[in-house]
Amino acid sequence: MKISITVNGQGQEHDVEPRTLLVQFLREACGLTGTKVGCDTSSCGACTVLYEGESVKSCTMFAAQADGGAITTIEGLAAADGTLHPVQQAYHEKHGLQCGFCTAGMVMATVGLLDEIPNPTEREVREGLEGNLCRCTGYHNIVEAVMAAAAAQEAK
Amino acid sequence: MIPAAFDYVRVDSAEAAIAALAAHGDDAKLLAGGMSLIPLMKFRLATPSVLVDIGRVRDLSYIRDGGDHIAIGAMTRHRDVETSDLLAAECGVVRTVAAQVGDNQVRHRGTIGGSVAHGDPASDLPAALLALDATFVAAGANGTREIAAADFFEGFLETALAEGELLTEIRVPKAGDAGFDYQKFNRRAQDWAIVGAVTATVSGTRRVALVNMGSTPIRAREVEAALAAGASFADAAQAAAVGTEPPTDLNASVEYREHLARVLVRRSLEAASA
Repeated sequence: MKISITVNGQGQEHDVEPRTLLVQFLREACGLTGTKVGCDTSSCGACTVLYEGESVKSCTMFAAQADGGAITTIEGLAAADGTLHPVQQAYHEKHGLQCGFCTAGMVMATVGLLDEIPNPTEREVREGLEGNLCRCTGYHNIVEAVMAAAAAQEAK
Repeated sequence: MIPAAFDYVRVDSAEAAIAALAAHGDDAKLLAGGMSLIPLMKFRLATPSVLVDIGRVRDLSYIRDGGDHIAIGAMTRHRDVETSDLLAAECGVVRTVAAQVGDNQVRHRGTIGGSVAHGDPASDLPAALLALDATFVAAGANGTREIAAADFFEGFLETALAEGELLTEIRVPKAGDAGFDYQKFNRRAQDWAIVGAVTATVSGTRRVALVNMGSTPIRAREVEAALAAGASFADAAQAAAVGTEPPTDLNASVEYREHLARVLVRRSLEAASA
C-alpha cells in the first residue's frame, strides 16, 4: 500500500506492506537510521519519534497508522546550518549519554516531554522518561541534561 | 520482529467498523491504539488476516458529563484521560490510574477502550472500572447494549464482547475527587503491574479491586465486606488474597503475589483516606 508521511518536514511516499512498522519505514524506506531499534517490544524507547508532536514508540506502530501525518525524528531536530536543538545541546554539554544507543530515543522523548511540561521537576523528568531505558544506567546526566534543556528553553 | 502479513482496512466511523467486522468475520481484528495488539502480533501470538484500524474514529474520543455518570468514548487515549479536568473533579480515580498505564509514549497511543476490550488481568484500568461498577456500551449489527463491568471480564483476554461487536463507550459513576488510590507494584517503572490494588469510594462505600491476581481483574469482596463490618484497614487488608488465583511467573510466585495483595490493599486503603 502507498503510505505518505511528512518526515522532518519532507514528504515521503513509499509503497510498503501493511505490516511495515513505522520504524522500518523510517530506517529502510526513508533511509533515516538515526532512530534505533532496541528491544523491539515497546519497552526500551530507543525507537521514540514524535508523531504529530507527541512521543511514540515507532517499533509498536504501523506506518499505515501514521499515513497522512507528520513525524519528527532525531535527524529533524538540528537547524539546517547544523546548530543543535537546545535538547541536543544540553545532552552534549551535560554528557547525557554513555554508549549512545538510547540517545536518539531519549532526546526525542525529552523534546516531547518539555513540550508538555516546559518546567518539570526532577521527579517529573524521571517519571516522564520512564519509557526510555539506558542500559549503561547513565540516568543521572540524562536528567541533568533535561533540566538544563528546560532552563535553556525558558531563558529564550 | 515482523508480524504475519495482513490486509489493512481503515475506517472513520463506528458504523464502518461494525460493517467491516461483519464483512470479514472472525479473521478480522480491531486495531485501536495497538499498544497491546501490536506486540502480540510481533510475537505472532496474534495473526489476524484483516486489521480494521479504528484509530481515527474521532467520534469515539470524548469525555462528557452524562448527568448521573461520566461517559468516556472508547477511543479516548490514556493521555486525554489523565489530563481531563472533568474526570479530576467527577471521577478522579480513573484519571489517576490512567496516568500510571505504561509510559508517556504508550499513553499517547493507547486507548481506554482498547485496554478494556483486550481483557488483560495485568492492565490497570480494567480493575479501576470494575471497582467503580462501570458500564460498557457495545455496538453491533443488531444495535447497542450495555454490559456491567462485573459481567464483562470472563477470562484471560476474554470479554463479553461478541464477535462483530465494537466497544463504544465506558460509563463511570460520579465518584468525586477524593477517597481513591492506586498502588502498582512493578520492577521497572513502565512495566505491567506484578500486582496492583485500586481503592475507590462510590456513594460513601469503599470498593477495592485487584490487578493481576487471577485470570481477570477481580473485586476484593472479602476486604469490602470486612470494611463494611467495621474492620480496620490493616485487618480488612488481611483478606485481600482470599478467593484469588494469582499466576506464577518469572516475577512472582503465588505466595508472593498474595503477600503483595495484602500489603498493597492496606496501603491503598490508607492512602485513599489520607
